[in-house]
This record gives sequence, structure tokens and C-alpha cells, in this order.
Amino acid sequence: MADIVYFSSTSGNTHRFIEKLGRPAARIPIYARDEPLQVSEPYVLVVPTYGGGDNKGAVPKQVIKFLNDEQNRSLIRGVIGAGNTNFGTGYCLAGDIIAKKCKVPHMFRFEVFGTPDDVRIVHDGLESFWKQQP
Amino acid sequence: MIDKLKLVSHVDAINWNRIEDEKDVEVWNRLTNNFWLPEKVPLSNDVQSWATLTPAEQLLTLRVFTGLTLLDTIQGTVGAVSLIPDAITPHEEAVYTNIAFMESVHAKSYSSIFSTLASTKEIDEAFRWSTENVNLQRKAEIIMKYYQGDDPLKRKVASVLLESFLFYSGFYLPMYFSSRARLTNTADLIRLIIRDEAVHGYYIGYKFQKGLEAASQERRDEIKDYTFNLMFELYENEIQYTQDLYDEHGLTEDVKKFLHYNANKALMNLGYEAMFPKTVTDVNPAILAALSPNADENHDFFSGSGSSYVIGKAVNTEDADWDF
Repeated sequence: MADIVYFSSTSGNTHRFIEKLGRPAARIPIYARDEPLQVSEPYVLVVPTYGGGDNKGAVPKQVIKFLNDEQNRSLIRGVIGAGNTNFGTGYCLAGDIIAKKCKVPHMFRFEVFGTPDDVRIVHDGLESFWKQQP
Repeated sequence: MIDKLKLVSHVDAINWNRIEDEKDVEVWNRLTNNFWLPEKVPLSNDVQSWATLTPAEQLLTLRVFTGLTLLDTIQGTVGAVSLIPDAITPHEEAVYTNIAFMESVHAKSYSSIFSTLASTKEIDEAFRWSTENVNLQRKAEIIMKYYQGDDPLKRKVASVLLESFLFYSGFYLPMYFSSRARLTNTADLIRLIIRDEAVHGYYIGYKFQKGLEAASQERRDEIKDYTFNLMFELYENEIQYTQDLYDEHGLTEDVKKFLHYNANKALMNLGYEAMFPKTVTDVNPAILAALSPNADENHDFFSGSGSSYVIGKAVNTEDADWDF
């Protein structure tokens, strides 16, 4: 069972964070020609924002497509954002937008592909988060 | 001193309807959406605030900004341009021309700040200081040397370290002033520059990693050694430059943390693990908040401080809701 769903562009930074996390995870496909991802278990979404500035275009269109599936949307339990504080107001903006839209917590933010501390906090945090879930 | 600039030997008409690397389009769109000019920032609203700075703080500000002007001039005139012949796709070449132009906008925007806040004499003196400061000149020399070398991957490393690390001894100051509600319009302009540099560092770092994918293990080891050696060389110089500027203001230690924090992210842009441990990257929260309003809040849901989070019921969402 994958309790993480994530998007990572071809730059692969978020993918690298997920690899370091070592938890089962499902990747939202990059290309429209790929089979869309549909989930059947609750999950936490990990989503990057690269370069923002305003709301427009902050959420990757692949993630929009994934969340427009009603079943997928109903199973989201939290968001983790990735980015770079040097993007200013755009830092982890996609995570903010999704958290607000889906009314789930924006649990954590990390930069680029995360430091070892980030990995540890998220790994342990998700472990106890899922234990507390009904 | 400068060898004849290498140009691409062959050019085909660029076709934006046939894309080899989606990242080129994504970054082009991001950069053009982020486009700005200094004339749009009401810098003159900082005139009163400028008058409240001590003469030493004013001098520091002018010197910091001439240092940043030098780096942006290098990046616009040499750095980004030197990457064009190494580009793998025609769209990558186009992105570099955008980056080069934007660096020239950055370099010019410091002059907008100068002419708004300072006298011609003060400005000229600050520029003279920039040509005479040994550590600033050395920083420029190190980078220029690598841009003129013949290794495309090493050029990208030099470029990312410039974009994502070397600017930050300078960027610290307007963030520091901004955290004290001083020169806030200047800080707005600098934040636009920081945002651009972050996209540049991300993109050039991505192209670097793409280039490295095709390399042998031996070559990868060589490039990694080179990257960390260059980082150390620049870092040592950067510490001295920081001391030249900030010692008399008692800010050097605070600036160093900001340097470590950004050095780590420069390395990560290149795909390498962070070098500086957490104990020396604990940037003053006020500086982080000035950089990004989101960076300051406690978003660590996992530490137990997330008790204030209210988890509501998910709402129906349509394509149109996402403002995409």
C-alpha cells in the first residue's frame, strides 16, 4: 500500500526526496499519454513549486488532473510542499493552494530534495500520523 | 584577457512546436511570466528611510550593491552567454538568452537604486571601491576563469555557484533592512532578483545533471571533486569578503549562516548533498521571513505544533477552480 502520492518533474528533485524517505509511494505521471494514476487508499500528497510568483500555474497541471478525479480527491489527508525559499511568496505555493482547496493540513515544507533532517522528520511524522488515523 | 567567444557552429530555425526537453518550455514560461523592470518598483518611497540610516550603513549599502552589480554584469555579459554553445537543445539556447538579458536588467536595477538614494559622488566612490576590493575582484576572477575554460560541465558548476551562492553575502543586507522595516521597496526589488536567480540556478543545475547522466563514473568523480574544490575556494574568499563588509556592523556571523544555508542549496541545485550541517545553517528567522513569508511560519505539523490545524471536509473541485 502506498501512503504517499507525489509529483516530480523531469528534474527529479521530489523523486529523490521520496527515494530517501523509503516509504511506499505512487508517482503521478508526467505525460498525458501515460496511464492516469488512481488511488484507493488514503494518502499524503508531496508536491513541488518551482519558480512561482503568483497563484497562476503554481500547481502542476498533472496534479490538477489527478485531483480532479473525485475518488483521488476524497482520499487526500495532507500535503507536503517542496521548493526554495528564494522563490519568495511562491515558496511551496502549490502545497498552500491544495491544502486550502482540499481542506487538509500543509504538513511540512522542504527545499530542493530535502536535507537528512527533513527526511527523518517526514519519515517519523508519517509513521505516527498513519497510526493515529481511524 | 578574454579569448574570442566561442559561438555555436550551426543553427537551425528554432521550432517551438517540436520540443525535446519539456523543462525548456516550462522554464521559458516561468521566466517570461516573472519578467519585471526596476521602473515598476516605487524606489523613491525609500528616500525617507534612507535618510534614517547611519553614514556607515549607507556606505555599506552602496558597496554591497556595487558588488552585486559586478556579479550580475559578469553573468549577463559572459556567464549566461558562455553557456549557449554548450546547449543541447535550441530551446535551451533561447532560455540562456533570456537569462542573459535578465541579468543585465538586474545589473541596471542597482543603478536605479543608486540614483534614487545617493549622490553621484557617493555612487562613483562606491564603484571605485568595488574595483579596489581585493576579495570582490578575486571572486570575479575565479568565476571568469572557469567561464573561459573548455569544459561545459565545469562552466555550469561555476554558473550555479554564482547564481545560487555568491550573491547571498550581498542579498543578506536588504533582507536585514527589510526585517527592520527599512528600505522596504528596495527589498521588494531585490526579492525579484532573488526569485530570478533561483530559477536560473535550478535550470542550469538541471542541465548540469542531464549532462552528467551521460558521463562515466571517472568523469563524475572528477566533476564532483572539482565542484567541492571550487566551492571551498569561493567559500574562503566569500568569508573574507563578508568580513570586509560586515565586521564593523557586527553582522558577520549572521551573514555566514545565510551563506552556509545558500551554499547547501547551490550544491543541491547541482544534485549534490548539502555540505554544511544544520548547526551552522540556522539562519536568523527574521531574515528568512524577509525572504519568504512562508518560511517563517511553523509548518511542522509532525512536531506536535500542528494542533491548530483544522482538518475540514474536502470540497468538490473542478478544473476551473484551480486558476490554472
